[in-house]
Amino acid sequence: MSLDAKIPEGPIDKKWINHKNNIKLVNPANKRSIDVIVVGTGLAGGSAAASLAEMGYNVKAFCFQDSPRRAHSIAAQGGINAAKNYQNDGDSTYRLFYDTVKGGDYRSREANVYRLAEVSANIIDQCVAQGVPFAREYGGMLDNRSFGGVQVSRTFYAKGQTGQQLLLGAYSAMSRQIGKGKIKMYNRHEMLDLVMVGGKARGIIARNLETGEIERHSAHAVVIASGGYGNVFFLSTNAMGSNVTASWKIHKKGAYFANPCYTQIHPTCIPVSGDHQSKLTLMSESLRNDGRIWVPKKKEDAEAIKAGKLKPTQLAEEDRDYYLERRYPAFGNLVPRDVASRAAKERCDAGFGVNATGEAVYLDFASAIQRYGKEAALVHGHDANDKALVTKLGKEAIKAKYGNLFQMYEKIVAQNPYETPMMIYPAVHYTMGGVWVDYNLMTTIPGCYAAGEANFSDHGANRLGASALMQGLADGYFVLPYTIGDYLADDIRTGEISTDLPEFVQAEKEVKDRLDFFINNKGTHSVDHFHKRLGKVMWDKVGMARNAEGLKEAIAEIRQIRDEFWKDVRVPGDLNEFNQELEKAGRVADFLELAELFAKDALQREESCGGHFREESQTEEGEAKRNDEDFTYVAAWEFTGDPGESKLHKEELKYENIELKQRSYK
Amino acid sequence: MNLTLKIWRQKNAKTKGAIETYPVKDISEDMSFLEMLDVLNEQLINDGKEPVAFDHDCREGICGMCSLYINGQAHGPDREITTCQLHMRSFKDGDTIFIEPWRAGAFPVVKDLVTDRSSFDRIMNAGGFVSVNTSGNTIDANAIPVPKVDADKAFDAATCIGCGACVASCKNASAMLFTSAKVSQLALLPQGKVEAHERVMNMVSQMDEEGFGNCTNTGACEVECPKGISLENIARMNREYLSASVGSE
Repeated sequence: MSLDAKIPEGPIDKKWINHKNNIKLVNPANKRSIDVIVVGTGLAGGSAAASLAEMGYNVKAFCFQDSPRRAHSIAAQGGINAAKNYQNDGDSTYRLFYDTVKGGDYRSREANVYRLAEVSANIIDQCVAQGVPFAREYGGMLDNRSFGGVQVSRTFYAKGQTGQQLLLGAYSAMSRQIGKGKIKMYNRHEMLDLVMVGGKARGIIARNLETGEIERHSAHAVVIASGGYGNVFFLSTNAMGSNVTASWKIHKKGAYFANPCYTQIHPTCIPVSGDHQSKLTLMSESLRNDGRIWVPKKKEDAEAIKAGKLKPTQLAEEDRDYYLERRYPAFGNLVPRDVASRAAKERCDAGFGVNATGEAVYLDFASAIQRYGKEAALVHGHDANDKALVTKLGKEAIKAKYGNLFQMYEKIVAQNPYETPMMIYPAVHYTMGGVWVDYNLMTTIPGCYAAGEANFSDHGANRLGASALMQGLADGYFVLPYTIGDYLADDIRTGEISTDLPEFVQAEKEVKDRLDFFINNKGTHSVDHFHKRLGKVMWDKVGMARNAEGLKEAIAEIRQIRDEFWKDVRVPGDLNEFNQELEKAGRVADFLELAELFAKDALQREESCGGHFREESQTEEGEAKRNDEDFTYVAAWEFTGDPGESKLHKEELKYENIELKQRSYK
Repeated sequence: MNLTLKIWRQKNAKTKGAIETYPVKDISEDMSFLEMLDVLNEQLINDGKEPVAFDHDCREGICGMCSLYINGQAHGPDREITTCQLHMRSFKDGDTIFIEPWRAGAFPVVKDLVTDRSSFDRIMNAGGFVSVNTSGNTIDANAIPVPKVDADKAFDAATCIGCGACVASCKNASAMLFTSAKVSQLALLPQGKVEAHERVMNMVSQMDEEGFGNCTNTGACEVECPKGISLENIARMNREYLSASVGSE
């Protein structure tokens, strides 16, 4: 099958509007006889479910959590981008488009990104209308801040809880439709397979996690909005339950998986403290607006700090290396995430790391406290040279901006970040890769769509801060509800799909057999045992820096762990009950397959781009070196029975509106 | 440190539960409370026993999924945090820790420490929204200025994570703090004022139908709320309710 991205004709700023004007519609009466399944209730799934139900479709929505309000979009902290130009700093749809393509290191599809920038302003309007309490200025207008990789302030926020507020907005919209009966909500349900009838997606097999019952659900189209797969690393900023299963199941049924190796390692997370660690906590990128990142200039100081003999606050200004400001004067501490993460790794690998493990750098607010304190002292007519007063006022200002993040840090690390610099280190955060989709967000399976982090489409090889929320809501509110009609228009006479069809019977049997296997395997090691081993291989050899040799080793090791998992995993309890170990077993089994494809993809991409850094491909200064001649394509993988034997299809990326340039933030 | 855990075990909603005792060893003070339970579960699995079921997901205090009653307090001894943000440095070597599920009629136990909080969803379904459809043609977000004070108060109410600690801590198992947080958020914003009366009537009526108790102003909910949602919201909801009850169209 050849890949057709179905990009509409015409100039880039007219593509979406023309497309909307020309695609097929389903009339309101017919929508009532069409069912759509939405898997996942985060920003993409929640907004899609609500919008589709408002339009008149019968929606069945599924989430594994006990309520749709708990999807992991809720944990997004910093903000959401939109090209509103409220700050009059020269922002525009084109600039947001340009920044996103450049930030993605020229590996995303122009037409999709332009559309994203185009609808971004509508998202803010929509959310405000729903009652989302964004931060405001004293005049009652919306406030903005700046994020990494851009030179304008276009990020809308609600303290450090923007994701929560946006998700609760989408959840509210869903609640309204659930109350009306237009969305049938299945909490604590997990999709375990896709059912295809006549080559089209026609339903899913789901397990009721509370009772263990296996259920068949039919529909005319299936939307996968189940998020990313960062938990393949075991330790990540994702929620414990975040998984690849829904995406992987459709992949095995024919949906191509694109660019699996594009992973975002977020620079500002709380460092690992020990083997017991179950997840990593992000400290919002917004902190880089005011925090300065540094390590000691001299190795002996780093050693002394590691040994607990020296405190960071005792180190003189000239003995500190503000390495981001040194290497990237134009963007300083606000370079994109991939650049900031690699720079931290570089310093720590060179022996300048600052906590006991040697894997941490400082994020320091001391100068911001002084700056804000002076400003506040002047505003209130106090003495701006009164050091104690300035420090006190400065701390108050920082608290107002980042209070909840500072509190979160103090709870975890047991250090007061107002008094001593925070320690941070990069951690797996987001996956730009995902299910391949065309311009309509349809996968290579007719009638099966992917939205939000689950798809690959908008962020290229690196995502800019505050763009994930934008993409999730753009897909769910403003793209999918239109494009899905084009497909469903042919289904107005189909009528209800029966779940007694042999395809449902067969899919259900396969799901049950696999679950039976887990329960009856009676091995010797828990699911977590295998997941942790997999995570270590991924982090060590498929993490922030990759090379051919390491990737080949990783592939062999992943296969080894996978074989052992199937022979030796122990899953306690029964099928027909609430069984969290059984849930995990299915998810880790899928991670063990995805991991191999992930490494394989990283191996074939012999260039560095965005979050993907191949040690063989770097400039003399150690910056990532792209190879546009050979790698300006999307790697879309077709499943052929074994992840190691997956077949590569290439979608060539054409840049007609933006010139390909080596990215520079210097 | 070494600890003795006394944990509520219950196979499902239909069977009776009981407290069981488990010793755990070599717990680091840097572990979160849930990581300590992970250690226990790994131990139980290796011993061929059933692990303890408990709800958790984001492990950073925002999803509202975790929900333990620890030594008689919702989310444990510390203030303004969820169980996943509680760290073992709050305990000392040799401690005995009691761990129970939320206790409320409207939150039936699913298994062990896991409860069914779908009653909260149903309260939301009854009116926790602004009736606006998705459209590319809503008015510009800055068309209606919102005083910063109102926006900030609405935000504070909107930070509720729906964990249910308020209900579990209340001697009446009242859901007034949860319900009032959403009523307040939307009543404070111009976008939500239009259907404020209908909203408060519908949400309160659903709340009563779910079997939550009444509010007797003891304030335990506010003390135990991991997000510090204020009792002021209950007062505001009562005003909204009164005004909706006696107001004329």
